Amino acid sequence: MKSDKWKPWALLAPSLTAVFLLLVIPVCFVVVYSFWLRAPSGGDIPAFQFGNYAKFFADFFYPSLVIRTLRVALETVVLCLVMGYIPAYFFYRTESKLKPFLMILIMLPFWISFIIRTLSWINILGDTGLINHVFIKAGVIDNPLPMLYNEGAVLMGLLQYLLPFMILNIYVSLEGIDKSLTEAAKSLGCTEWQAFKEVTLPLSLPGVSAGCLLVFVLTCGTYLPPMILGGPGNDMIANLIFKRIVGTLDWPFGSALSTILLALLGVIVYTYNRYLGINQIFKTLQ
Amino acid sequence: MMENKMERKLDEMIDRYREGKISRRAFMKYLGIAAAAAGIAGGPFGLARNAFGAKSITFHSWGGSTSEALRKYAFDPFTKETGIEVIDAAFTGMDAFLTQVKASYPPGGEFNLAHLSAVYDYARYKNLGFNSVLDESKIPNLKNVLPKMIDTLRAITDGKLSAVPYDYGQTGIAYNTKYISKENAENLGASLLWDKSLKGKLGSWGGDFRTNMWYAALHTGQSPNNITRLNDVWDALREQRELMKKYWASGSELMSLLANDEVYATVAWSGRVANLQAEGHPIGYLAPDNTYSWMEYMYVLKGTDMDVAQKLLNFMLEPEPAIAVAEGQKYPPSLDPRKVSLPKSIKKLPAFDPTGTLDGYLFADPEYWNSHQLEWTEKWDRIKAGA
Repeated sequence: MKSDKWKPWALLAPSLTAVFLLLVIPVCFVVVYSFWLRAPSGGDIPAFQFGNYAKFFADFFYPSLVIRTLRVALETVVLCLVMGYIPAYFFYRTESKLKPFLMILIMLPFWISFIIRTLSWINILGDTGLINHVFIKAGVIDNPLPMLYNEGAVLMGLLQYLLPFMILNIYVSLEGIDKSLTEAAKSLGCTEWQAFKEVTLPLSLPGVSAGCLLVFVLTCGTYLPPMILGGPGNDMIANLIFKRIVGTLDWPFGSALSTILLALLGVIVYTYNRYLGINQIFKTLQ
Repeated sequence: MMENKMERKLDEMIDRYREGKISRRAFMKYLGIAAAAAGIAGGPFGLARNAFGAKSITFHSWGGSTSEALRKYAFDPFTKETGIEVIDAAFTGMDAFLTQVKASYPPGGEFNLAHLSAVYDYARYKNLGFNSVLDESKIPNLKNVLPKMIDTLRAITDGKLSAVPYDYGQTGIAYNTKYISKENAENLGASLLWDKSLKGKLGSWGGDFRTNMWYAALHTGQSPNNITRLNDVWDALREQRELMKKYWASGSELMSLLANDEVYATVAWSGRVANLQAEGHPIGYLAPDNTYSWMEYMYVLKGTDMDVAQKLLNFMLEPEPAIAVAEGQKYPPSLDPRKVSLPKSIKKLPAFDPTGTLDGYLFADPEYWNSHQLEWTEKWDRIKAGA
């Protein structure tokens, strides 16, 4: 038995090496950079000081962007949950021969570049886009509705990006539920709604919680939808990090912002694990 | 090389798609073909080909019509004549490119030549130690270049050159003539960008604090290269923010916003406006007094094979390719009209200077703007974000 102990590690070695080289080391670099200083020329000065962190906390502008990011992430989670549970439940219950085709439709957006998918909303929501065009032609409105370059458009962009993640997580969880349980509940007098509320919904919660966590974390780190579909005042923390690193070559402060975001998400994931259990995520994958 | 060309073509297609020049169906078809071709041509076979490839040099530029013109009229003929391959790629912006160069430093041959813009960036590259020194005797065509452009660069690099000036342009104001009359635009000048009747229909370049501060300085009656009432500028930008529909991030986005009537007036690059006009869009161009002028140059980064670079630069400064590139990208070339005969198509480009002196063109003072860069960028970002 003792001689077999190395085997799991040998099997894990390629993945662990990849994670270490491609994730742990770069993150360590980011953390180290966050203590450095920016030279007036845009170069970096190695140092160990907390000025970049002090700058973040000394000015409410930076925390306010984090708060906005968390708010948008929560809104996205709620929208994805509401809009994702229904199709996932439908896939679970349907006996239709079209089910595999419908599942492919859910996966279809992944075949198209995220940037292209985001850009396409300009042609739909814009002043001369599809919706306004149809409404104006139909005489419903005289002037275009302002649907683009605001927070609503950003949420729409995030929704189309993240909804498949939510649907798939919930669906995988639902698929693991024995359908005879709901039949048993109904045979004991439950209505269809009661059977869903008392049996199906609680058993699908691991998938719901996994989907929520995934959507939340991905939203916090995204910057393309606010950049392409957002208007003045819709930037999120990732946009600011991008500007600091690329726009002003202020890698140390950009790294400090990244580290703060990482730490914040770490705390959220830890708390989530503490009260809901991160193992729920893995259950949905079984 | 095949992968590089594929990437280039894909960039062009994305640009065209965003500008509304091709349908989504055509774009998707191209995407599929590109993916298949990349699968066949890419991978280890591509790497092997590159390893045994001929002598080459990399060139980064703005993509779209600019890169197209450079490739057709400069790089391909140069390769045909010398056998040296020019591997060209598009960058997403000046700042993003500088970040890439910084990340790759010390130079390893990844970045050689770049089509950079604005004198303050020439100074930034020098301050970061990325500059090379050109042997001007090997670029005889420099004699045809506007002296003021050369002198401006020389002043920054201690009398030497790290780049050759290639074109110049302006960031003026583009306006939709369907909604704004020429007379009204000219009367308002820079203040057109603060016209309350255009609320929700104005745009500006979100990625550059200078452009926005420049116009805010003009709006508040100040010299952009010596702003004395800074708070007035910030207040003006805050006021303008409430009127804005979109702070655009790229040239193609600018064109898309104007072409689709999303914004009626915005700061705009003169060449992009000329492109829209050539396509028949009802877009006017306004260059108020002290319009933001800038020059572009072909920069040679430290660590580059200077012989190859100088040979290419000299070739690019030949009147024929320089004029063809200028026609393609719609920016006047750096060629001195007193020495080189320029065609009508060049003379009617926005921002063209028939005198060849560039007198009256106001460029950003690199020392002034670079010394405030970090502070003002942060301030600008805050205002843009609503603070």
